Amino acid sequence: MYKRGAGSSTAETGLLAEGNVNNLQQSHADWPTAKSGRFRTSDRHRRRRPARFQTTCSPTSTMLKSSSASRVARPFRAKLRRSFATVQDTPVRHYGGLKDQDRIFQNAFCRHDHGIKGAMARGDWHRTKDIVLKGDSWIIQTIKDSGLRGRGGAGFPSGLKWSFMNKPGWEKDPRPRYLVVNADEGEPGTCKDREIMRGDPHKLIEGCLIAGRAMNATAAYIYIRGEFYQEASHVQQAITEAYKAGFLGKNACGSGYGFDVYVHRGAGAYICGEETALIESLEGKQGKPRLKPPFPADVGLFGCPTTVSNVETVAVAPTICRRGAPWFAGFGRKRNEGTKLFCISGHVNNPCVVEEEMSIPLKDLVEKHCGGVRGGWDNLLGIVPGGSSVPILPKHMCEEVLMDYDSLKDAQSGLGTGAVIVMDKSTDVVKAIARFSHFYKHESCGQCTPCREGTTWLMNMMDRFVEGRGHQREIDMLLELTKQIEGRTICALGDAAAWPVQGLMRHFRPEVEKRIAAFRAEHGPVLFGGRLQSQTDPTLAVPDNLGGNLPEVGGPTAGK
Amino acid sequence: MFAARLPKRVPQVARAAAMRRISSTPCRRSDALFVHRDTPYNNPKIPFEFNSENLKRAEEIISHYPPQYKKAAVIPLLDLAQRQNKGWTSIGVMNYIAKFLELPPMRVYEVATFYTMFNREPIGANFVQVCTTTPCMLNGAYDVLDAVCSHLGGIKPGETTKDGKFTVIEVECQGACSNAPMMVVGDDFYEDLTPASTKKILDAFAKGEKPKPGPQSGRQTSENSAGLTSLTSKPYGPGEFCVDEFR
Repeated sequence: MYKRGAGSSTAETGLLAEGNVNNLQQSHADWPTAKSGRFRTSDRHRRRRPARFQTTCSPTSTMLKSSSASRVARPFRAKLRRSFATVQDTPVRHYGGLKDQDRIFQNAFCRHDHGIKGAMARGDWHRTKDIVLKGDSWIIQTIKDSGLRGRGGAGFPSGLKWSFMNKPGWEKDPRPRYLVVNADEGEPGTCKDREIMRGDPHKLIEGCLIAGRAMNATAAYIYIRGEFYQEASHVQQAITEAYKAGFLGKNACGSGYGFDVYVHRGAGAYICGEETALIESLEGKQGKPRLKPPFPADVGLFGCPTTVSNVETVAVAPTICRRGAPWFAGFGRKRNEGTKLFCISGHVNNPCVVEEEMSIPLKDLVEKHCGGVRGGWDNLLGIVPGGSSVPILPKHMCEEVLMDYDSLKDAQSGLGTGAVIVMDKSTDVVKAIARFSHFYKHESCGQCTPCREGTTWLMNMMDRFVEGRGHQREIDMLLELTKQIEGRTICALGDAAAWPVQGLMRHFRPEVEKRIAAFRAEHGPVLFGGRLQSQTDPTLAVPDNLGGNLPEVGGPTAGK
Repeated sequence: MFAARLPKRVPQVARAAAMRRISSTPCRRSDALFVHRDTPYNNPKIPFEFNSENLKRAEEIISHYPPQYKKAAVIPLLDLAQRQNKGWTSIGVMNYIAKFLELPPMRVYEVATFYTMFNREPIGANFVQVCTTTPCMLNGAYDVLDAVCSHLGGIKPGETTKDGKFTVIEVECQGACSNAPMMVVGDDFYEDLTPASTKKILDAFAKGEKPKPGPQSGRQTSENSAGLTSLTSKPYGPGEFCVDEFR
């Protein structure tokens, strides 16, 4: 914890070069100052219980491995200290306030025609032939220059991912090559791809052609979740129109490049949003993730090289190519460039989906586009910034974070899919997170034991904590359980199930402890597993390791 | 006969009660039973076949996949067959799809039991699915669910009304979170619900009408309901703002 504070604060003073920051981290692991306002509050908060929080650092919350976080502009730091090496204060840049002319998805609200006529009037399919003729390396370089990162949650650089398809000697490989578009949008909180598919389906189809050309694919499959019936029909309509207009098929856009696009509807399984599970499902099997390696770029759909990309990633590609990489890279902080669709749900006055600049402060996003939190900002309890899989952030952190990959990672959360779930003070936060545990229990595919059994355990324990039926020590047992799930499964669903619970305990542990203490005060001691001690039969030989005779440790009523 | 037996049985019962059980945990089933049991309405003898229209569609769907991977069409075909079979997938449907795609039947059973959208029991004419995952829950999804259940005569989630008009289930996130709470009837999303508007929708369906899908609060899609905060100006045209090359 101190490492982070130290690294950031020293870098902010501008006294030290990048290499020195790293050295300093190693030699002075507990550098004591955290002078900047940005870290002071959070450090104080963490210092209160360092031992517990050490266990809750997920792999995503890296301890400032590179100095990426410290180099970028921080609009919210209290005051820059001038030093001799600094010629001038770097101007503080405020993110957000994207203009309409820079929004890619012009028909996100379905106000205009979603058919080919309306789409072409909005600039889709404009000189697509020339982009296709530019060739694979030009497109990939453009995407790389634009800094586009995968919009499906993991945030992997898209240009790099697409380039994996063109390994040296790929021309000699006789197999077909596929682009698979992941439109299995099921993460609770997320509803952005839906707006793309029903409002701007031609952007997606054109994106398939461009991305397909970049990776020299022969066909694209768009895997749409089964529940999206209207969206699937809009996409199908767009494909039919595009074929009719000669934009797809043997001679796509008259460029001589052959490319087909198909729609495949799923049948209701959240796990199929994982890329290898999606491939399995597309092959007509149960959606159970595959082991990697081999990676899909080597052996994917039908045993052929495949790349799976999110709808939004694919759909922004044509516009980036036409308007140029520097335009796209001009938005957001370094390494987090671009625009993004954010979907805000929960306790805001006017929930909505909106395309905004990356790195927009979370508070601005909520206040500007959603009419603020119900009952005012002070009524805020916490925000889940990126869909159900990422840890919740308490109010004081929500005021500081920017909506991008790195800032949220620094806050030990994640951007995920950009799905902001706002909870005000009326929320039963334990119940809300327990509902996530129910979700993951329902959606675990059952392939890996830690996830299949662990999600059920998480759900059971979280359900007990909602009413406080538990032992104080069970909180740590629960956290250990999440650690046992995390990183021990084939896909990331296990991690995704563990993180919200970890996030809850990281920031709202006192609330859980309070409930446990209240329940204990009313019903007497509770054994591990939720049974009341008063219910046990004293004449039976109950083992003494169930916590019934343990003094309450760490709770607010300790010693009573 | 009964009277003669009774004295013999009583001591037996008493002995059973005194016996100490090693485990008394009840058997707990998953969400749905994954094994098939023959019933009068669902057994392999009830035949199923695509009608001519769906046969054409099925051939079209199969043509999307490489010829040696016809299997890939199993999910779309099951969906097609389920639509033809009044919204549920019987064992006859599964067997037919297996024959149609030249697969071992087990491969189809696996798929039909894995995906939640295949109903392996008959459903009512209107299939009501209420989302109760956290974003909807925060906006009162359980009130909507309660309203649905009580309005349909006090059924529980997972049950069908006696007249066979409605089946209600509780589902996980349907991907319309900015329009929470929501429910799905058939294929259509009804969003921005309140218990009152939910009842109105159900009444319309009970009369055989189809209310307008989408948000029920007056907004069009997922925009800010107090007025647009983005996309207020006219959309830009082809070539506008593009680099010179693509103008």
